[in-house]
This record gives sequence, structure tokens and C-alpha cells, in this order.
Amino acid sequence: MLSESQQSYLFPDPNGRYGQFGGRYVPETLMNALIQLEKDFLRLKADPSFQEELSYYLTQYSGRPTPLYYAERLTEALGGPKIYLKREDLNHTGAHKINNTIGQALLALRTGKKRIIAETGAGQHGVASATVAARFGLECTVFMGEEDMRRQALNVFRMRMLGAEVVPATSGTKTLKDATNEAIRHWVSHVEDTHYIIGSVVGPHPYPQIVREFQRIIGDETKQQMLAMEHRLPDAIVACVGGGSNAMGIFFPFVEDTEVELIGVEAAGRGVETEEHAASINKGRPGVLHGAKTMLLQDPYGQVTPAHSISAGLDYPGIGPEHAHFAEIGRARYVPVTDAEALDAFYLLSKLEGIIPALESAHAIAYVVKEASRMPKDTRVVICLSGRGDKDVEQVARMEGELSQ
Amino acid sequence: MNRIDQTFAGLNGEAALIPFVVAGDPDYGRSLDAIVAILEAGADMVEIGFPYSDPLADGPVIQAAALRSLQQGHQLPDCFRLIRDVRSKTEKPLIAFTYVNPVMQYGTERFFRDLAASGGDGVIIPDVPIEEAPELAQMASQYDISFIPLVAPTSGEERVRAISAQAHGFVYCVSSLGVTGERSSVASGVKSLVETVKRYTDLPACVGFGVSTPEHAAEIAAFADGVIVGSAYVRRIEQAQSEGDGSVAESVAEFTRQLKNACQRIRL
Repeated sequence: MLSESQQSYLFPDPNGRYGQFGGRYVPETLMNALIQLEKDFLRLKADPSFQEELSYYLTQYSGRPTPLYYAERLTEALGGPKIYLKREDLNHTGAHKINNTIGQALLALRTGKKRIIAETGAGQHGVASATVAARFGLECTVFMGEEDMRRQALNVFRMRMLGAEVVPATSGTKTLKDATNEAIRHWVSHVEDTHYIIGSVVGPHPYPQIVREFQRIIGDETKQQMLAMEHRLPDAIVACVGGGSNAMGIFFPFVEDTEVELIGVEAAGRGVETEEHAASINKGRPGVLHGAKTMLLQDPYGQVTPAHSISAGLDYPGIGPEHAHFAEIGRARYVPVTDAEALDAFYLLSKLEGIIPALESAHAIAYVVKEASRMPKDTRVVICLSGRGDKDVEQVARMEGELSQ
Repeated sequence: MNRIDQTFAGLNGEAALIPFVVAGDPDYGRSLDAIVAILEAGADMVEIGFPYSDPLADGPVIQAAALRSLQQGHQLPDCFRLIRDVRSKTEKPLIAFTYVNPVMQYGTERFFRDLAASGGDGVIIPDVPIEEAPELAQMASQYDISFIPLVAPTSGEERVRAISAQAHGFVYCVSSLGVTGERSSVASGVKSLVETVKRYTDLPACVGFGVSTPEHAAEIAAFADGVIVGSAYVRRIEQAQSEGDGSVAESVAEFTRQLKNACQRIRL
């Protein structure tokens, strides 16, 4: 059923809320910067010259529009719905992350900031940030968990090659959550001359809205391409969710098309029945992390608990507040997929379609693999292939080595 | 008038000394002894940091202290127990310093009820700006807990006015940009921040973040109503813990006497 809030979807509200979620739970030092950022963002969003410039770089620099590819052999093998892949892996730097970093770098330039900082988990957002910093002549510092730096050494080298400084986050679990803490702490000290490019639809308002806006190009293109190819909207859209930026990007333009089912795939790690997963919506409770109220993995007293996923990009104990809202109002549903299922899908797509997906995106594929037999043949499913798997090849090879020992 | 208001009213012109320590660091017993020693050595009130896994406003020294406390399993009920144990030995104000998520998970009303019942007098929640504060502040007031807000060098006059107007207890003036941690000098802008606060409220204005030495305290005491010292205490506790049982309390007591002396000297 179509509810009132979905017919005219107007979130975030003026307080930066998506229902009960979102908000700005940050030190006072950052408040004026966030208020100013919101004003600048809304002004530039409405500015045709900004949109033109953004569109130019998305086309000429990143290679958009990305194809909506009919995965014929995967479709045949699964014997279910017609499967389309939104090829975000074909973007410059290999993932959807650059949609947002181009947008935010232009935002930084137009607001007179000479310096950007970013957090990164697997390194994809860090690389996308370092890339635009190089292109636009901005100074760039990337915060990355010490543990992730070890796991993703190649991306660390890549960022340094692009001229960025990579700072290890040595606190807590030494992963994405802690890198984000360090980036926020650094921003508190340098708020006057530095723009913080958050990499997902997380963080205090207006970040979830800004990142949604710069990622919605994924869904806008998908809608146009689907109508051109199939003369109808898809029946379902499936995307992986860590913080949730590729999912929000492809979901958002369909939010009022309630006949389109939206499915976010959370990392179930070793299983949602274990303690090693990153399924914030399926296993978390409302709480505050990184400036927003959202669904959060935490102990009974509100200490944030470590997440686990085979994929560093999904290894995050929270989720974007708007996803928490979608789950609460039932506009999207969020389903778990384990490490093992994702790994199977990683191989399956590689072998059937000649496309090596990122381990993150493999979660979305795995869900469709599992469910295909239950979906009618005359339906069309779009999977957001958020990134390519080159970055994961070494990790998978190492794991296979372990398996064969 | 709760204990915080009474304490400021009784200061006779000198600046209040407000040390900060983390509950349960280095362990429950020694943190209790440290707080009692700090108050006996002349501190006017104390901020008790509730350990949290993701303390966004804190630098490495306080992060490490929170981690030490959490690793021993200290959670909200232990913090309330600590406040109750301190309260049995002193009538000085006790202020909880906590991030918002533990409050939310414990239940807002239950939090303030238990804080008040334990003998707490105030609360500082560094990740709750005024926009997110109304429900918390209202509940605090219901239990006679002073909801102490922060103002920052970046707040600007308009926000300072709005924040000061809603404050209880005192206004916490953040001395400089950045997280908690020791600094080599007192930021030059903090005096004018204090003056701005004082234009909009009669409540005391206290300065914290980066206050590390008796010299800093003396400098701040010349224009502010209170001096908040955190990381410098926590670092002393960290150093002293390896030197035997008695030394934690002795070390913080000695530091307190130096600081309190600095707070008094200028205003006399």
C-alpha cells in the first residue's frame, strides 16, 4: 500500500531527520560548518552552472552514463527473472564512489576550501577522493584504519601515488568506523579551511542528503535506460548496503514508484546468528553513530560493537539514516547475505559474464542468485554492480590459499 | 538552587577548579580514590567521564582511558555506583560527562532519574548541540540535573546567545578548535568567547579543552569563572598507575593543589 509519506516523499525534514533517524549529533564546534554546508549545498544544487559543471565531469572524466547491461547468461543460468546490471564498476576508479567525490570536490572548490579530508574502509572512497583532489588541485588527507591499510596495501599506495596523505587510524577496531572517528576529530580541528568528503549516506545532516543527491544519478540513469529498453520500470532493484550510498543512489529516484521493490543487501558475515556480521538493520537497534541516529550494532549499554564482513566496504556497524527510515516505513527491505554466499556469487558472475564484481556488489548478486527461483520469469530485476573486483582479487587469492592448505 | 549553583555562589571571586577523570580508570577503586583525593585537595567540583567506545570529542589520552575502563567491563551502572560512592564522602557537585548513545540506550528518563538518585548534579553531553537537546534538557530539569551546554570558538554570536539562554549550571567554553587534549598555550580567542557568553547570561562561564598547567589555569582564572582540566589529569593517572597503588591519588592531589592555587592567586 502507498502511504502518505511515500506519495510526497520530502525527507529530510528541516531538522535533518528521516522520521526518527538522522539529525546532527556532533560537537558544537562543527555546527556552524554543517549549517553553512547545508546552505551552500542547497544553493549550488539549484545553480545551473554548478549542475552543468558536475555533469561535464561525470561524463568526460568518469565516463557516465554507465551501461544498464542485460546479463543474459546469468539470467539463463538462474532461470528466473530477467537480470540487468547497472555497471557502476565501469566508472573511473572502478566504483560509484567517484559520483560523490566529484560532486563534493566541486562543492569544496565553490566554497573556497583548498583542502579535503576523507575516511576510507577498503580504500575505494579514499582513492576516489585522492583522484578528484589531484584533478582539482586540492590538498587531500585520507584516514584509514591501520588494519584496513594492511589488508588493502595496494589502495594505500594508489592514494599516495595520487598525491594524498594517508593517515592510519589506530584507535578502536582500526577499521572504517575508527577511520571515520579520526576524520571527524581532524575536521573539528581544521573546520575553517577543510571540507570533509564523507563517502556514504551517513554522518550528520546534511551529509546523507548531499551524498544521496550526488549518487542519485545511478537511479536516474537506470530509470531512463530501463524505460528505453523495456518500456517499463523494473520490478525490483537490489543493491548492497554498508553505509548505503550506492543503494540510496539507485533507490532514491524510485522512492515514489512504489510498484518497484527496493531490496538492500546487508553483509551477514559468518551469519546473522553469530556475532560476526554487519547487519545493522536486521540485528541492530536505534542509536547514534558518527553524528546521526540510525540502526546500530551495539551492546546493551550502547557501546558500539565491531562489525564483520568479508568485504571491507560493508564492514560498518551503522547504516545511513535514510535506509533505517526506509526499513521502518517499509519502503525498502533489507536482507542478509553471508561471506560464503557473496564469495560464490563473486565466482559465478566472473565465470558467466566475464565481469569480476567487487565483493561488496557480490552480496547483491548473491541475493538474486538465492531468490531467482522464487521470482516470476516475466519480471525484471536490476542489480547495482557498485564496483569492480580487481581490488579484491588478491584477498580472494589469499583466502583460497588458506582454504587449500 | 542545586549544588553547582551554590558552589559558584560561594566562590568569592576566585575561579572554580573543575577536574575531569574517567570513571573506572585505571580501575574502579583507584578512580574512586582519585576523585575523593581531588576534591579533598581543593577542587570545587568534578566531571566524571562515562567511558564510551567512540568518543568523538576526545583526543588520544581520554580515548585510551575510556578503553582501559571499558576493558574492565565498566558500564553506566558502574558509573552511577561510583557517583554514589563519591557522594557518600562529599557534598561537592558531581557532573556526568557522557556521549548521547549510552543515555539513549539506558533510557533518557531512567538515566536522569538514576543520575539524580546517585547524587549527580549536572550533565555534559558533547555530541548534543542545542538542536538535539530539548528532550534531554527537559528531562534533566525534571530531576534537577543541570544541563551544561558547550559553546565553541566557531559558534558565532547568534548561537552563543541561544545556547547561553538555555544553559543551566554553567556554560562550558571550548577554548580552541579540536578535541580534548593538552596544548602548549591558551588560545587567544577564548577570552572574547567568555565575554560573549557573559553578555547573554548571568551563569558562570568556564573554560576547558587544552588547559594543561597551573600557568594556563592562572591565565584563564583572570577572566573566566571556572577552569576545566581533563587530559592533564588523565595522563597523570595513566603515568601513576604503573608506580604502585597509593601514587594515583597522591599524584592528582598534588596537581590539584597547584591548579587551585593558580585559580585563587589571580583573583585575590
